[in-house]
Amino acid sequence: MKSHVFRPLWVVVGLVVIVLIFRFFYVPSDFGIGQRGYMYGWHRAGDATFWKNFPVSYNFGKDYCSSCHPDNYNSIMKSPHAIIRCENCHGPVGNHPSDPPKLQIDKRRALCLRCHYPLPYPTSGRANIPGINPDKHYPGTECVTCHNPHNPLEGLK
Amino acid sequence: MISRRKFLKNTVKGIAGAALPIAAIEFIDPKKIFAEKPDAKTRWVFVVNTYKCVGCGFCVKACKTENQVPYDAKVTRTWVERYVVLKNGQVFADSPMGARDGFTTSKIALGENKFKDINPKDIDKAFFVPKLCNQCANPPCVQVCPVGATFQLPDGVVLVDRTWCIGCGYCIMACPYGVRFFHPVYHTAEKCTFCYHRITKGMKTACVGACPFGARMIGNIKDPNDPVTKIIMTERVAILKEEYGTKPQVYYIGLDREVK
Repeated sequence: MKSHVFRPLWVVVGLVVIVLIFRFFYVPSDFGIGQRGYMYGWHRAGDATFWKNFPVSYNFGKDYCSSCHPDNYNSIMKSPHAIIRCENCHGPVGNHPSDPPKLQIDKRRALCLRCHYPLPYPTSGRANIPGINPDKHYPGTECVTCHNPHNPLEGLK
Repeated sequence: MISRRKFLKNTVKGIAGAALPIAAIEFIDPKKIFAEKPDAKTRWVFVVNTYKCVGCGFCVKACKTENQVPYDAKVTRTWVERYVVLKNGQVFADSPMGARDGFTTSKIALGENKFKDINPKDIDKAFFVPKLCNQCANPPCVQVCPVGATFQLPDGVVLVDRTWCIGCGYCIMACPYGVRFFHPVYHTAEKCTFCYHRITKGMKTACVGACPFGARMIGNIKDPNDPVTKIIMTERVAILKEEYGTKPQVYYIGLDREVK
């Protein structure tokens, strides 16, 4: 056959070689089919390690807070607020007490209203929680001024 | 001119060649296949009890903080929806800021800064439904990814590779549950990971840990003694959008037909 037939063929072969060389250097060695086949598992295996090593902020463990703050822990455990985790109001513990050395307590009215704004919805547990009208019940005042969140039933301060 | 003998010979060859499956040409290393055998010990699943949810939104707050999703951005990996069904059959649903701050008003957000206050006497039933990634057994988001940036691990969790995602948004369009979004900082697809960094260390997810009412539960369905497995096997549970065939692995107690 004549050379003008082969010339475009060499161009195509050259392009394929260039793509293969680029692919060899660009695609990471752990990129592959994985355990779930092409449709679900085609990925870079090292990425699972990235998500496993993501930093943990919330502890939510039972003993982490009580080991250093037993009085605060025991006081709330006797109240109906025992179901609320410390970190929901006190903020994520992180590596406290080293980092952060002090936690930022959320004392805003909006925090209490998450549960104590009255929504008497039938079929929802929300209907069973006592609530206040925030526009009429001492507006602008922090709830903790009068109420003890660790023991809301003990009476006003 | 082709002879009859040659024609018949080539025909037989051609049919034999076409019948050979492509898989037979592929080189198979048995060791590799054994190493890649799916790990059958763990399959993460989730149970949501909508009767227990009061819409406090502590789960959303904890999720956004734990997973470093910008707190004031209007995107979130998990959210809580409020459904209000009236006696006249009307249905209202809202989730202001994904219920990050809970539901602290009886006014239903209709969008575009419009609100509707509803007389409690008109309500037939009203409830809260937490939503998160369903970690489907047939995840359509993974199927559509053109670059292999999103994938499913053998334990069922679907993850996004931030270094590999090109931000085309196919997966965001493909998810029937709308759980995916663009991360405002990394500009890559973002989704709930079942707090993969926590569950692989034996902890509960941030949303499960933050829920005061026990409305959320995570467990391993391959473990017959897991309380979550027992609920799914013995109680009446429902899944979202079954008709899509995605086999979602978040099971709901107390789901209603208004919930989409």
